[in-house]
Amino acid sequence: MKKLINNPEEVVKEMVTGLLYAYPTYLKKLDNVDVVVRKTSPVEGKVGLVSGGGSGHEPAHAGYVGKGMLDAACLGAVFTSPTPDQIYEAIKAVDGGKGVLLIIKNYTGDVMNFEMAKEMAEMDGIKVSEVIVNDDVAVENSTYTQGRRGIAGTVFVHKIAGAKAEEGAELEEVKEVAEKVIKNLRSMGMAFTPCTVPAAGKPSFTLDEDEIEIGIGIHGEPGTHREKIKSAKEIVAELMDKIVADLPFNDADEVALMVNGLGATPLSELFIANKEVNEYLVGKNINVYKTFVGEYMTSLEMSGFSITLLKLDEELKALLDASADTPAFKQL
Amino acid sequence: MMLTKSDVTNILDVIIKIIEDNRQYLTDLDAAIGDADHGINLDRGFKAVRDKMTQFLDKDIGTILKNVGMVLVSTVGGASGPLYGTFFMRMGNAVSGKSVLDENDIVAMFEAGLSGIKERGKAQFGDKTMIDAMEPALNELKKALSEGRNLKEAIGAAANAAYNGVLMTKDIAAKKGRASYLGERSIGHQDPGATSAYLMIKTVADYVDKLQQ
Repeated sequence: MKKLINNPEEVVKEMVTGLLYAYPTYLKKLDNVDVVVRKTSPVEGKVGLVSGGGSGHEPAHAGYVGKGMLDAACLGAVFTSPTPDQIYEAIKAVDGGKGVLLIIKNYTGDVMNFEMAKEMAEMDGIKVSEVIVNDDVAVENSTYTQGRRGIAGTVFVHKIAGAKAEEGAELEEVKEVAEKVIKNLRSMGMAFTPCTVPAAGKPSFTLDEDEIEIGIGIHGEPGTHREKIKSAKEIVAELMDKIVADLPFNDADEVALMVNGLGATPLSELFIANKEVNEYLVGKNINVYKTFVGEYMTSLEMSGFSITLLKLDEELKALLDASADTPAFKQL
Repeated sequence: MMLTKSDVTNILDVIIKIIEDNRQYLTDLDAAIGDADHGINLDRGFKAVRDKMTQFLDKDIGTILKNVGMVLVSTVGGASGPLYGTFFMRMGNAVSGKSVLDENDIVAMFEAGLSGIKERGKAQFGDKTMIDAMEPALNELKKALSEGRNLKEAIGAAANAAYNGVLMTKDIAAKKGRASYLGERSIGHQDPGATSAYLMIKTVADYVDKLQQ
């Protein structure tokens, strides 16, 4: 393992310190827990938005803390969900009197830890609701009740629910629009190389030089299957076939598109992927309303990418267009 | 046969050591079907238990176990944090105020702990989780005791049942946890959670086996 770290055990703590040095006007950290909140928290009269998850997905989630998006991000150990006490502190810190919405990605650990925290906060009389993001279509045919994973599409949930909360909407309304996003959100990813969790010290799976892994999640976990390497056009087509068929996205639909790098794929290749995605969508007569290409939710230094489509209506378009000012997502 | 408070804390000490020794093994098992952190996370949690144990060592067994659970919940993270945390908290609740444990207490606490895990994880036997080691162990413990075997033998039998549960997890597809996303691909891999549960039960069995009573 070759990494720019001091000590595998100190990765999260030192990363947070560096993050705060970088964005002192946006963020502050709560005492004794790895929770990053808006500098101005709690915002009176606004529903608080709390998200988070394991570290290793930067700029998610702390990068989305700021005006128009999240109020707090809870940082777990690398690829490990945050703990209930951490989330509980985050909820208390951002409750501006209108309640708090938890945006959870559908992983067993995340759901359990957030739900334990929700129970703790409710005992304090704080109104707490939750939504569970499950945009990954890679496991669509799974018969398991667990359901799908939440991946990069979560950023759209942060953006749109954040905009709604910023308008002064009630907790129920913010939750409702978040659920509308989740209902219309589909993603899928693939990897060329695995990543190495610092505390583990070695790659989370192995791939031969000519192999790719299709349907990976964002935690270095293996995907649904393995294939021989093929062209960008063919890889995009394989992912898009599953994504488009799933909702399904239909002729004349308007979508927001995200081509998300997983950490080690250069922007040049993400733009090549974006070209292929756009040409694919033209072929289906699906219109791209807004495109996001870059690293939004990474998987350490994994090489690979994911594609997310969000089907839009007028309400979602307006909220997507609303201004946001956070370290990793700025929109004027 | 009774277990005293010092037996309980001795067993905790050995569990902390066993998890440390198996940190890499559990993580490797997790790497095959999950996200490669089970051993790392448990080791972080039990190390925190070791650091904080002096703060509650003077309390009764129930309080000690509840505190162990709270430390695990607030340090492990992932799924195993709330699950093992709930397990120890519920065990503690079941033996609240006690300074010695008899056979009935041991069954009652194990039962309470396991039902806590099932509630929290919404899982059941056969889902390829820690329950696959724990449930057969509890059943065997109860059966052996009801047949009049002593605690040593009963816990030994429970550890064997837990081991068989671990082996069973190799042959089934995961229905819970991150491994469930692999579906059929998870067959052939031993579940890390069942393995850590077995290691803890085996630790208790080995300890009780050495008790001179």
